[in-house]
Amino acid sequence: MLQLVLFFVFGTIAVAAAVNLLAQRHPINSALSLIVVMASLAALFLLMGAEFLAAIQVIVYAGAIMVLFVFVIMLLNAGAEERTPGSRVAMLLGFPAVVLLAGSLAWTLLARNPRPAPVALGGGFVGSPTAIAQLLFRDFLLPFEVTSVLILIAIMGAVVLASPPRTTAGAASPEPPAKRER
Amino acid sequence: MLRLYVEEKMLSITTFVIVSVIKIVIALAVLLTAVAYTVWLERKLVGRIQNRWGPQRVGPFGLLQPLADGAKFIFKEDLTPPYVYKPLYIAAPILSLVLALTSISLVPIGNWVTVRGVRTPLEITDVNIGLLIILGITSLSVYGVALAGWSSNSKYSLLGSLRASAQMVSYEIALGVSLVGVLIMSGSLNLREIVDMQGGHMAGFIPRWNIFRGQIVAFFVYLAAAFAETNRVPFDLPEAETELVAGYHTEYSSMKFAMFFMAEYANMITAASIATLLFLGGWHGPLGGPWWLQAILPVFWFALKVFGFIFLYIWIRGTLPRFRYDQLMAFGWKFLFPIAVANVLVTSLIVALQK
Amino acid sequence: MVPISYYLVLSAILFSLGVVGFLIKRNLITLFMSIELMLNAVNLAFVAFAWQWKSLNGQVFVFFVMVVAAAEAAVGLAIIIAVFRTRETLNVDRVNLLKL
Repeated sequence: MLQLVLFFVFGTIAVAAAVNLLAQRHPINSALSLIVVMASLAALFLLMGAEFLAAIQVIVYAGAIMVLFVFVIMLLNAGAEERTPGSRVAMLLGFPAVVLLAGSLAWTLLARNPRPAPVALGGGFVGSPTAIAQLLFRDFLLPFEVTSVLILIAIMGAVVLASPPRTTAGAASPEPPAKRER
Repeated sequence: MLRLYVEEKMLSITTFVIVSVIKIVIALAVLLTAVAYTVWLERKLVGRIQNRWGPQRVGPFGLLQPLADGAKFIFKEDLTPPYVYKPLYIAAPILSLVLALTSISLVPIGNWVTVRGVRTPLEITDVNIGLLIILGITSLSVYGVALAGWSSNSKYSLLGSLRASAQMVSYEIALGVSLVGVLIMSGSLNLREIVDMQGGHMAGFIPRWNIFRGQIVAFFVYLAAAFAETNRVPFDLPEAETELVAGYHTEYSSMKFAMFFMAEYANMITAASIATLLFLGGWHGPLGGPWWLQAILPVFWFALKVFGFIFLYIWIRGTLPRFRYDQLMAFGWKFLFPIAVANVLVTSLIVALQK
Repeated sequence: MVPISYYLVLSAILFSLGVVGFLIKRNLITLFMSIELMLNAVNLAFVAFAWQWKSLNGQVFVFFVMVVAAAEAAVGLAIIIAVFRTRETLNVDRVNLLKL
């Protein structure tokens, strides 16, 4: 019962914040709504016993990735979104397509899953840091190492992309490029 | 989280709620008093360091100064400058303060106590991933600063908050990595278990605190990173008053400014508590005693260690000049972070060899 | 007791909202945030399945998704900064030339 209430509370918050992400014109409001979505998803992860993921969700997604978004919005001083002819077409085509997509997804999930297993809190299935670490460093060691290389490449790519072009050194802005390392 | 559920289930739900509310009220009262008197201590100590008296008019030794400050903050005019982005301008200080006060709820200050048959830990919640959650909450506190600077619509605020968010995100990494050594040694993320691992003595007299068990480098990395995380001298670039007026809270006044102020000091206390728990043995102290003393001594040792850490904060503030911004970034990325990684490597090697 | 299909439907709704955002928004940064929303919805589905089959593999997968999302955010935002530097706009309709 408590689980159901908590699910509906956090599920409603997540959906409302996601809708707000779409409704807001200014990117910073959208970013803040996305942070709310992520926080409520972290709570839902806790309901399903994924405590390590819930913490990581807050630290990595809300605490690092979204900080980068907010940082870039502040740095570029991006104003409110402007309407262009493309947006009307996108609205007209986008909404029906998405209603279709959501409907078919939900129908498939409900129809193909006739007797779903119940999800309960404290059922002994816990994604504790120890359990995750054992999987990560034994069974998934190679993917883990590959992702670390991926991150290294991403860092170098970000530095190269975000630093000002060398050829126009005289015309480049006097301020150093934004520190975007992570 | 789940552990919390299992353990507290032994109490009935009403007892649980009552006990929790009592603990929250006590923790908030203690924390806010501590914040107020940290400000007093800072003014007094920096005064003595600079060869002046500090506050001494209000009450004996100026002890009532925090009350006077509070009254003054409340009665100041609450200005809202034109052209600010109002919703975020109001939300930012609230967010800062709420996050700063929330993180203290996971800090244990002593052993379990039993009062009238109700057994409860001396903290608001005992969570088995407590350290991760504290890191998560502190990583969210960037938003208060960033949004304050951006929504104020002033160049000083914006520059200050850009500096602050870049600095906090960068130093968070060094901070997190510096804790990994301790986590490897204790094999747990629960703060209470980490402290329990540090009880007893080595070679008869040296306490088994993590700082004496090879984590001294990690301790100094944590120290530097925690100073940067809380925006204190010598890393207080976000509010460098010689360049940026007051940084991200330039446009704030009255209680909104006071909220930032309180959040900063609450963050200091949280950082000091984490250092005490992870490196300095938490509530373990050199002296035992009769049973009635046993109950109160752990809290006393804990408070003493936190006080020592805060004293260090203030001492350094009175002593060191401010960094330049590129020096700050280079220090964090090119010096602290490699040292923290090396510490993790050496610690894990030693732990692996001992097994 | 929450049936797992509730979680899956919630995940589907969030994913669809992400798709809507990607289709109707015109700001590059907001588009990027819609992608993150879709990734989050998928993560929710992964955790729900991990719970249903009592297997931690799903949670490890979410971990990898987060890592890749972090790398993607770093590179993507760098691209956005580069685009803004040359075009002075963040509207995708105005970013319509192949060369910089």
